[in-house]
Amino acid sequence: MSGAPVLAVRNLARAFGGVRAVDGVDFHVARAEMVALIGPNGAGKTTCFNLVNGQLRADAGSVRLEGRDIGGLAPATIARLRVGRTFQVAATFVSMSVRENIGVAQRALGRRGDARAADELMARVGAPELVDRHAAALAYADAKRVELAVALAGNPLLLLLDEPTAGLGLAERTPMMEAVRAATVSGVAVLFTEHDMDVVFGFADRVIVLDRGRIIATGTPEAVRADAAVRRAYLGDG
Amino acid sequence: MRLRTRRSPSRVTLASFASQLLNGLASASSMFLVAAGLTLIFGVTRIVNFAHGSAAMLGAYIAAAIVATQFAGVASFWMALAGALAAGALFGVVLERGVLARLYAAPEMLQLTATFGVLLIARDAALALFGAEDRLGPRVPGLSGSVDFGAFVVPQYDLFLIGVGPLVLIALTWIVARTRFGMQLRACAENRGIAASLGVNPVRLYVAVFALGSALAAAAGALSLPREPATLTMDLPLVADAFVVTVTGGLGSIPGAFIAAVVIGVVKALCIGLGTHDIAGVTIAFPKLTLVAEFCVMAGVLAVRPQGLLGKAIDAPPTTLLPEQRAWLPPLARRDMWLALAVVLLLAALPMVADEYTLVLVIEVLLAAMFAASLQLMLGAGGMTSFGHAAHFGIGAYAAALCAKASLPFALAVGAGPLAGALSAALIGAFCVRLSGVYLAMLTLAFAQIVWSAAFQWDSVTGGSNGLIGIWPPPALASRTAFYALTAVLAVAALGALVAIARSPFGYALRATRDSRLRAAAVGIDVARTQWLAFIIAGAFAGLAGALFAFSKGSISPESLAIPKSVDALVIVLLGGINAWFGPLAGAAVFTWLQDALTRSFTYWRAALGILIVLLVLLFPRGIAGSFAWRRKTA
Repeated sequence: MSGAPVLAVRNLARAFGGVRAVDGVDFHVARAEMVALIGPNGAGKTTCFNLVNGQLRADAGSVRLEGRDIGGLAPATIARLRVGRTFQVAATFVSMSVRENIGVAQRALGRRGDARAADELMARVGAPELVDRHAAALAYADAKRVELAVALAGNPLLLLLDEPTAGLGLAERTPMMEAVRAATVSGVAVLFTEHDMDVVFGFADRVIVLDRGRIIATGTPEAVRADAAVRRAYLGDG
Repeated sequence: MRLRTRRSPSRVTLASFASQLLNGLASASSMFLVAAGLTLIFGVTRIVNFAHGSAAMLGAYIAAAIVATQFAGVASFWMALAGALAAGALFGVVLERGVLARLYAAPEMLQLTATFGVLLIARDAALALFGAEDRLGPRVPGLSGSVDFGAFVVPQYDLFLIGVGPLVLIALTWIVARTRFGMQLRACAENRGIAASLGVNPVRLYVAVFALGSALAAAAGALSLPREPATLTMDLPLVADAFVVTVTGGLGSIPGAFIAAVVIGVVKALCIGLGTHDIAGVTIAFPKLTLVAEFCVMAGVLAVRPQGLLGKAIDAPPTTLLPEQRAWLPPLARRDMWLALAVVLLLAALPMVADEYTLVLVIEVLLAAMFAASLQLMLGAGGMTSFGHAAHFGIGAYAAALCAKASLPFALAVGAGPLAGALSAALIGAFCVRLSGVYLAMLTLAFAQIVWSAAFQWDSVTGGSNGLIGIWPPPALASRTAFYALTAVLAVAALGALVAIARSPFGYALRATRDSRLRAAAVGIDVARTQWLAFIIAGAFAGLAGALFAFSKGSISPESLAIPKSVDALVIVLLGGINAWFGPLAGAAVFTWLQDALTRSFTYWRAALGILIVLLVLLFPRGIAGSFAWRRKTA
């Protein structure tokens, strides 16, 4: 299915009570593409992520991975179909070393745990020296790198990064995103949410803007930056 | 099949139903009072406590003592009730200030364990103060008659009790909804931090809530006196009932507790009212199902609504973990290998130097270690708090005993233990893996209680309260030394296997689910399945320990799957350290030796054990082995 985009979302919808968190959303992410999903707080970004990786069930619409419908599958099953994910607040396995964190992920994804892979992955996220540290003792920025390495451990087709630079200092953001970009060189499709506009406009190939569960704009960073509707959503009618 | 003649299957009349129904409603009122206290305390402090049963027992004894003096004549009963309320309130204050105030931030596992220690202390305090004999209260002057409904007669006192429940419900609802105290309660239940910043004094509030909740339990104890005697063993069944009622009604919900108490009371009454029947050739004694019935109601409700009838939706309440549970688990060191070798050599040399009695004690230590190690896998690597692990131990023991009774080969009987343990864990675990925290602890406890009731009441199969006797190994293994050798080999193999499992890829996946459910699922780990498997593995090893236990004692009784047995395993794991490889063995050795020494030399051994448990939790929340390991590392 080389013709199909890595991720194709059609007419996706999910409501919580009366609130339509995601309300008929269509988008796709292609191989080696970095797409930013942005929008004000409550726009539905994280809900979109949770619908794609199976943590939430959609009320309507479809999610396809390389053409295959993955709607309704459990998060673990979707992960084994080579979808990696990170969380807004970095989640690592705190009772293990970094190497063990990566090993657990590799074995769960059906690959043999191999000691060199951990060194390689940590080198790819730019912190090879952390590989034998205890995960609970890491600085937050380092935990985020480890989380990225763990998400890369299954050699994913698609990476979902929920605010990869949240909680990082300004100086730590660019190196983090450069690590992500380095990962895409091998062809990984990346969908990420982000509040820092410098990061969005500096690293995204394409930007999708959500507001109250709907897409209000999509296009290159330059086009989106100039979009009147986007300005209204972020700044209010002005 | 021979048909036994029995009293013609009682024709169920409407009158007998109505009479049982009123009886059931009267019990529901007492049950509600105990449960209301428990749920009130939980709602504000998030603490579930075993010692709540002690408050009820205390109330009953104090009331019995006051009534016996007759110093207030006709009003003695009411004086006794007042005395019980005061004693209950005092008990609550002491419990809160003395123990629980230090444990608010601790994992629920430690809170529950500490309150079990308090229960043991309270039981021996009652023994010292009131003696071992049951105390039955006299009928209440003015309520000693009965009301004739024509077809049936109901004691006036039952009607009085039926009225008490709704009155207390209304009073509590009013207090919570309308008073300043109630407003503070609600504020604290919603958000402790904000309530404190708004000027609510949490310390005073917590003390007040414990006083009120415990007073309610004590009142229930006193009020049940004209119907049932005060006994030293009433505490655990009462609090187990209250657990079921509060979990079914929704933790923290007072009206929920009322509805659950009434439903359970009515179901029990119906079981008694139905009598014994032959249905499709099978004789079913419905009255014998009463104890199981309430737990079935609970399991049914929780299967549909995990948060209970009126509970708020559980927003994935995480299990609070010990710091040690989150610590980095270092790989097996060379030192550990030498230690293991030393243990094996010591065990091998023991029969040459030890006397018969020591061998018996060491067999007990090894079986306790195996049982505790299986719980350690769940608790340590899995982060799953089980208060009902004895269910699998006991089911394994009964399975082996039944095989032996059926004259099956010894190897088959021993093999039946782990199989039965694994099956029971598979069934119970299927319900439990969706839950965490207090709900998991209470549900495992409730299931263990179902199993206990079944063993206690199913005379024809389990031998009821007497259990099964004459369970001996074959002649070749009949000598102490031979049986010791078998136990030692199997125990070393089991302990080694459990360490290997914890260090295997499966063990890592299990720890991953404990460290972060979300992360684990996101890397492809099926969280529920992994935890369920851990349940089953732990159940199998507990069942093996149980099977050997039955053969070592020559008999098996319901005690082997009662709540105290589950708590034993927890205390051993805490004693030895949740992460320590040799923790279960070290903990079992210390615990078994202590228990043996205490019971042989000390009348109040329960209190001594209780004090030890409380001290253990307060002073060494990381387990004794764990505390020292930690000191070594940071030194």
